Amino acid sequence: MDIVDTFFNTEVLLRTWPMLIKGLWITLQLGVLSIIAGLALGLLLALMRLYAVTPVQWLTRVYIDIFRSIPLLVLLIVVYYALPFLGLRLSPFASAMTALTMVSGAYAAEIFRAGIQAVPQGQFEASAALGMNYRRTMADVILPQAVKIVIPPLTNNSINVIKDTALASVVAMPDLLKQATQAQALAANPSPLIGAAIIYVAILRPLVAYVSRLERRFGGGSGR
Amino acid sequence: MRGFISIRDLRKYYGSFQALKGIDLDIDKGEVVCVIGPSGSGKSTLIRCINRLEDFSAGSEIRVDNIPVKAGRSLAKVRAEVGMVFQNFNLFPHLSVRENVMLAPRRVRGTSRAEAGVQADRLLARVGISEQADKHPSQLSGGQQQRVAIARALAMEPQVMLFDEPTSALDPEMVGEVLDVMRDLASTGVTMVVVTHEMGFARQVADRVIFMDGGEIIESGSPEQVLSAPQELRTQSFLSAVLNH
Ligand SMILES: Nc1ncnc2c1ncn2[C@@H]1O[C@H](COP(=O)(O)OP(=O)(O)O)[C@@H](O)[C@H]1O
Ligand SMILES: [Mg+2]
Repeated sequence: MDIVDTFFNTEVLLRTWPMLIKGLWITLQLGVLSIIAGLALGLLLALMRLYAVTPVQWLTRVYIDIFRSIPLLVLLIVVYYALPFLGLRLSPFASAMTALTMVSGAYAAEIFRAGIQAVPQGQFEASAALGMNYRRTMADVILPQAVKIVIPPLTNNSINVIKDTALASVVAMPDLLKQATQAQALAANPSPLIGAAIIYVAILRPLVAYVSRLERRFGGGSGR
Repeated sequence: MRGFISIRDLRKYYGSFQALKGIDLDIDKGEVVCVIGPSGSGKSTLIRCINRLEDFSAGSEIRVDNIPVKAGRSLAKVRAEVGMVFQNFNLFPHLSVRENVMLAPRRVRGTSRAEAGVQADRLLARVGISEQADKHPSQLSGGQQQRVAIARALAMEPQVMLFDEPTSALDPEMVGEVLDVMRDLASTGVTMVVVTHEMGFARQVADRVIFMDGGEIIESGSPEQVLSAPQELRTQSFLSAVLNH
């Protein structure tokens, strides 16, 4: 009885539900925008890493390695608290999106690169022999084949981005986690935190199941 | 007199290994040339240099229809005139058979979808694949896939067709259907350079047979000369090995 009242207090949950939904909305906005921007950045980085002139390839590799090594929380705090010293003051949302995009872009770059490299050399040669230029070859031949290979690991990456949005609560972003902690403080009861946990799982569990299904079907690939 | 395809002092290195040791070769318009020789002799490298899938040493020169085959703007022109058929077909697995044939005309020539579709259907009929136009390559037999690959190359209306062992990856019962298509093609006046181990095809269809070994042309002449009365010892021992295997 005590445990139910403490952690699953329906009365508290109902009262704080609107706060959680508001937080969820922000979490989803931040997550989806960061995923899209991260995918675009990742594709660009992958192409630079594979086909740019050597110094650019090298710089791209350095970028990818750095942003895969740096803890997201550290990057987020640097962006939000350190950049203002350079005169660049970003809102909590922009800071969080920047950090998430820079990191997820680095991971996506490695995934795209592996996908492009998994397309057999003969596909490039057949395209070249037909007179297709680099852009057409990529757009019509290579990327459509690479996409199938990269969908499971990219979905994994996207799941991670959505989970990582919770870190944005440390820069005062009113995301799902932040709203839940505030609701918990207001109600003096932790049920909103449990509610938030359930919401995260309800949203991400289908994606996790989807990746497992794809991986079983194609027999491969893991994200991070 | 320079040929329609003219190759002068063609040298090619892979690292420090010299795969082609100064090839000189002229091929006339409409000529069918078969290239034979042992594995590793440089046959693939030679024909892959003609459309510059491989680059080659700076002093070497290749021209097709008087266009220099070198990196840059002219390369697109050369590749538009030179079709290639690979040992492993290299069809685009994500596209239907018809779309495989339509892709290059649409993307390189800017042909309309409707027009490219009509052309594709005509070419697929010519190679006997009309029924399979809406299937994907993986649903076809090897022989059918290679015929699609030929149709795909023909869609760019090339003056030259390069074949790199087009029947080597096929089950024996499918070799004939591909050779038949190539024989038809040879009679249309397309210039053909064919790397092959099919001595019967070379004897029947080739205007000239070239024997390569160790990155050099050892012997060159009519099929009769090279296949029936080879002058060089290396040609003789290669032919006896092939014919007695
Ligand atoms: N990409 C490559 N890297 C290094 N060596 C190669 C490469 N391609 C071919 N070679 C070498 O060049 C020689 C000629 O190869 P190739 O033209 O494929 O011969 P063929 O087609 O007559 O069998 C062989 O010794 C082969 O090992
Ligand atoms: Mg070869």
